[in-house]
Amino acid sequence: MHVLSPYRPELATIIEVIQETHNIKTFRVVLDDPEKMRTFNFRPGQVGQLSVFGVGESTFVINSPPTRMDYLQFSVMRVGEVTQKLHQLNKGDQVGIRAPLGNGFAYEDMRGKDILFVGGGIGMAPLRTLLLYMLDNRDDYGNITVIYGARSPLDLCYRYEFDEWRAGGVDLILTVDAEFPGWQERVGFVPTVLSEESPTPFNKIALVCGPPIMIKFVLYSLRELGFEDQQIVTTLEKRMKCGVGICGRCNIGSKYVCVDGPVFTCEQLREMVNEL
Amino acid sequence: MVSASMYIAQDKLTTTLDELAKKFELWVPVAAMEKQRVVRFMPYQAGMEPVLAEQSGLGPKNALLPQVETLLKFSYRKDVDDPGQKRLQLEAPEPPKQALIFGARPCDARGFLIFDQVFSHGPYVDDIYTARRETTLIATLVCLDEDAACFCSSVGSGPADMEGSDLRLTPIAGGYVVEALNDRAQPVMEVLAEPASEIQLAAARKVQEEAAQRRVGGADLTQSRASFLKRFEDMGYWREMVSQCLSCGICTYVCPTCYCFSITDEMKEDRGERIRSWDSCMFYTYTAEASGHNPRPTRLERYRNRVGHKFGYFPEKYQGMIACCGCGRCIRGCPVSIDIRRVAENLKESSDACA
Repeated sequence: MHVLSPYRPELATIIEVIQETHNIKTFRVVLDDPEKMRTFNFRPGQVGQLSVFGVGESTFVINSPPTRMDYLQFSVMRVGEVTQKLHQLNKGDQVGIRAPLGNGFAYEDMRGKDILFVGGGIGMAPLRTLLLYMLDNRDDYGNITVIYGARSPLDLCYRYEFDEWRAGGVDLILTVDAEFPGWQERVGFVPTVLSEESPTPFNKIALVCGPPIMIKFVLYSLRELGFEDQQIVTTLEKRMKCGVGICGRCNIGSKYVCVDGPVFTCEQLREMVNEL
Repeated sequence: MVSASMYIAQDKLTTTLDELAKKFELWVPVAAMEKQRVVRFMPYQAGMEPVLAEQSGLGPKNALLPQVETLLKFSYRKDVDDPGQKRLQLEAPEPPKQALIFGARPCDARGFLIFDQVFSHGPYVDDIYTARRETTLIATLVCLDEDAACFCSSVGSGPADMEGSDLRLTPIAGGYVVEALNDRAQPVMEVLAEPASEIQLAAARKVQEEAAQRRVGGADLTQSRASFLKRFEDMGYWREMVSQCLSCGICTYVCPTCYCFSITDEMKEDRGERIRSWDSCMFYTYTAEASGHNPRPTRLERYRNRVGHKFGYFPEKYQGMIACCGCGRCIRGCPVSIDIRRVAENLKESSDACA
């Protein structure tokens, strides 16, 4: 049980801002209280509420892994009020953070298995956390494949890291929706590329995150390839306010995405009411 | 030692409330508007005439979950070491005062039992609500005034139900017998001057016994979860039941068990507050996402969620407890006559009953 106010954020300072794409920025922040930063602990896949005081709060995944604690990283797509304001912040500016919230990935159960990440656009953010965690615990996991797509090469996040991923033994398959000058990698929608690659479901966990339409067709492809629902993991998004299972809006039936999620297996989703 | 039961004569009621108001932030039901008479709970001020002989239109939920309240204060100050930079300071809201809700009904008190599950029983504890709950006493009337919209017995409560209350007020001829139901109630009893006589106490017992035997409402609605889930995807049913819904949100506004809220920031110059305010699941924007997607895009999905929350999801989460207190306010308030009893009762019938 948390005795401190669940609504009171920790203050944190931005130490670096990375322009990922035309509408996505990555913020690296450090909690202002060094002791809290030192003892901050979380699971890959857990989220945080970022505050711009005077504008509001929004939920983002902590997309740096707990194995790399020099800073906490959040990738933010500019779509609404809070994200618009976040994009105007610079190194040295303060934000509020309420974290960690939510359940995170069941990475313990994935040990010894082959891992298939399927990401689209900003959907790579939660997957990146787990991917880096696995790279930092490489021996615990089997083959790691990443299929990552975006509209164009300019819409891919973390481009500066692709070499590191590959060096860590990741089979990285990049794809964009349409031909682009100078693009040497794949062209085609993520679900199509996935079907072409036709990975075997044997001893494998598939982690999927991206826009709803991509997820929908990726699930078709995975099922065609023989993946069972309990082998498929995804993360959900809902409009959230409190982030701690009280305010009532992010429910799917009796489950709250903010505390029971955001990570769910397809098996869990199938047991929930159909209201995504 | 203060006697366990006291008496307030009707003609001493306002002077007693004046005394109580010195010690407590006192909430009483009063007629709030002159032209359109609406009884609602308000902070007591000298001269107010409490309306105890009818159910309030808006119950006392404001006393524990204010319609608007501060969760956090913040201010930006210039950094003395780096004048180009501003530094933030956070401040907690003021702690709550000792409060007394005088003249609640069993349905009102039950609403707070439902709030307690959500706000105080984890996994995260809402410190602000919980602190206010701990400093607030509830004096509840044995209810004699049900109307056709009341159905508290259908939800496992009843007109004499004192669960969640600290004091019992029993109306008898000429006044009210006040009984402490727990030790928390002592500070209230100490203010009262007149012990109840044997005769008054006997009259109160009679009123209580009669109320306890009255059944208010029709069919039992506490076991609706399974039938709700079966009905979930039957959009024909939801259309039949609630297609007239206007999304006005009055049902959630007056509901003693509706607690859903929004959090927004308000700021003037370099100071601001993070504010919690009542929200309503009946509104499109409640679940509308920045991407444009909305998981509950029409009134049918939104009303379905309200019914599901009260009769299906809530009992699943909280040991079978349903999030409805049977007060009937949503029925009285609905401008298009949606009756939640009908919606909940008919869940059970076979799917083709309304085809």
